[in-house]
Amino acid sequence: MTESLAANRLQSTGAYALELDGVARHFGALVALSGINMRIAAGERRAVLGSNGAGKTTLFNAVTGDFMPTAGRIRFFGEDITDLPPHERIRRGLRRTYQISQLFKGLSVLDSIFLACRGVSRRRFSLLRPATSDVNMVQAESILNAVHLEAYRDTLVATLSHGQQRQLEIALALAGAPRFILFDEPAAGLSPTERRDLVAILNALPRHIGYIIIEHDLDVALRVSEYVSMMHNGRLFKEGTPQEIEADPEVQEIYLGGKHG
Amino acid sequence: MSLAISTPGATQQNWLEKLGAGHIILGTALVLYPLVASDFFLTQIGGYSLIFGMLGLSLMLLAGYGGMVSLAQITVAGISAYAIAILGNNNSNVLGFGWPWWLAVPFAVLAAALASALIGWISVRTEGIYTIMITLAIATATYYFAQQNYAIFNGHSGYAGIRAPAFWGISWRDAKPFYYLCLGLAVLSYAAVLYGSRSTFGMTLQAIRDNPRRMRALGYHVTAHKVFAWLLAGVIAGLAGVLLVWFNGRVSPGTIGVDAAIDVLIIAVIGGIRHPIGPFLGALVVVLMQTFAIDIVGAERFNTLIGMVFLVIVFVSPDGILGLWGRIKPHLAQEALRPGP
Ligand SMILES: Nc1ncnc2c1ncn2[C@@H]1O[C@H](COP(=O)(O)OP(=O)(O)O)[C@@H](O)[C@H]1O
Ligand SMILES: [Mg+2]
Repeated sequence: MTESLAANRLQSTGAYALELDGVARHFGALVALSGINMRIAAGERRAVLGSNGAGKTTLFNAVTGDFMPTAGRIRFFGEDITDLPPHERIRRGLRRTYQISQLFKGLSVLDSIFLACRGVSRRRFSLLRPATSDVNMVQAESILNAVHLEAYRDTLVATLSHGQQRQLEIALALAGAPRFILFDEPAAGLSPTERRDLVAILNALPRHIGYIIIEHDLDVALRVSEYVSMMHNGRLFKEGTPQEIEADPEVQEIYLGGKHG
Repeated sequence: MSLAISTPGATQQNWLEKLGAGHIILGTALVLYPLVASDFFLTQIGGYSLIFGMLGLSLMLLAGYGGMVSLAQITVAGISAYAIAILGNNNSNVLGFGWPWWLAVPFAVLAAALASALIGWISVRTEGIYTIMITLAIATATYYFAQQNYAIFNGHSGYAGIRAPAFWGISWRDAKPFYYLCLGLAVLSYAAVLYGSRSTFGMTLQAIRDNPRRMRALGYHVTAHKVFAWLLAGVIAGLAGVLLVWFNGRVSPGTIGVDAAIDVLIIAVIGGIRHPIGPFLGALVVVLMQTFAIDIVGAERFNTLIGMVFLVIVFVSPDGILGLWGRIKPHLAQEALRPGP
């Protein structure tokens, strides 16, 4: 069953959101990522699991160009983006969040989201102040509501709580018509209530938006993804439905049994 | 370090936003200043402070909003000052194309802006202390080049006999007109920076300062935006350079020396780089000290004094005089709210 599903995926001629061929990343002598082959269909929602240091974040960095891969090719909706700088990849509809929040401490919440909307619009270089009726401002307001930060609209980002900063992380990734999003441990450090909100936000995303979510908690992964990839020591070593992964003895031994990070 | 963080921008913005009345009072005072000031106070204090305030402002734009500390702003101003001498008239019998001011000034400012963009393009690959070092290297190299090059810069003597023009029936060299000219351009630059700080570009620049990596991940070409900030800072420094060469009547390598470069940095730091008014406050303090402290403490102790004031202000308030005001203000307000006995 798993085999045929995987085979179907590879053979499918339908549009892939993301195709990785032999992607690798070395840090000096350290092989953080090697021989990653991955196909993710448009609109697919995938969870990536793996212990700390497995290479999950490095995989995201390679896809977004934060750290260029040392080998392999990456295609985004059929286009080879391997040699594009990060901002060009983003303008094609790719988005990401960071495991450690990467925010603008000196800006307000709304202005941060506004910039996220502006970043993929043609009017990035405007010397004018945006009006409240500005299309990107209006978008920013609606994203603000979607991530339940409306009460913190004009709050300085530096003064937000951890949970609110994580929500803003997600808000920035939702801005400007994304086609595919990489979520790097968005649930880490969140309270049970905040986790429930997160699951609701992810499930409320328009169906055409696919994503990969790095998530340690299988319960959360189960509720927000259809398919799971397991990583270990910089390699992908298993794919399956959340139920299959949970039941897999090898997975239990390597991941769920021991070092849970 | 904790001092820098303890004044959150939100509370600062609140009192600065209410500064509408403050702007009006300050503006009126500056316009009426010539009624009470002697020619010396109009030019040597007023005009000179406004010129160096503009130089500090061009640094504030880069450092405060962009997180890029430049020591090359005086170099940029020097380029437009030299351009005015070369394109217009000088009495050094070298070059001097005799262009009218309305042609020479735009060209000089354009040259400064392009030079600034070039310096920016070279230095945006660096961060923090390395930006300071590379801009210092550029400033020093330009200084020595100007000193040794006779074909363009006329060596160590530079150019003299450069005069502010007369037009609209006004001789702009005279104390009052020159003061108003400085005031006009300073207010224009100040207002542009203040408005721009909340523009899309201004917010972009501040966001790049806070987190360039995230800005890339939002689709921004970080280098392009930084270089553009240098171009804008170059326009302000270029205008200041035009005023400076008209003020001095001359320009030489000494105008763009390392000590002048450091003066601009001191002005910005003393005044504060969180708000565009800061550099003007800093310029006024430094110019007043340069003018009067020499008489009081003597020339040999003067640099020590400037250094001490610099240290005290940085130690007490990393945000300069602006930061001090930001912290005193809430206490004043509380006093005012307190019910009488
Ligand atoms: N910038 C870097 N420089 C050096 N080593 C790195 C860097 N980023 C990640 N690594 C190393 O690569 C390996 C994979 O890290 P990472 O992708 O962050 O793991 P995960 O996200 O799965 O916890 C780790 O051994 C980590 O130390
Ligand atoms: Mg990680």
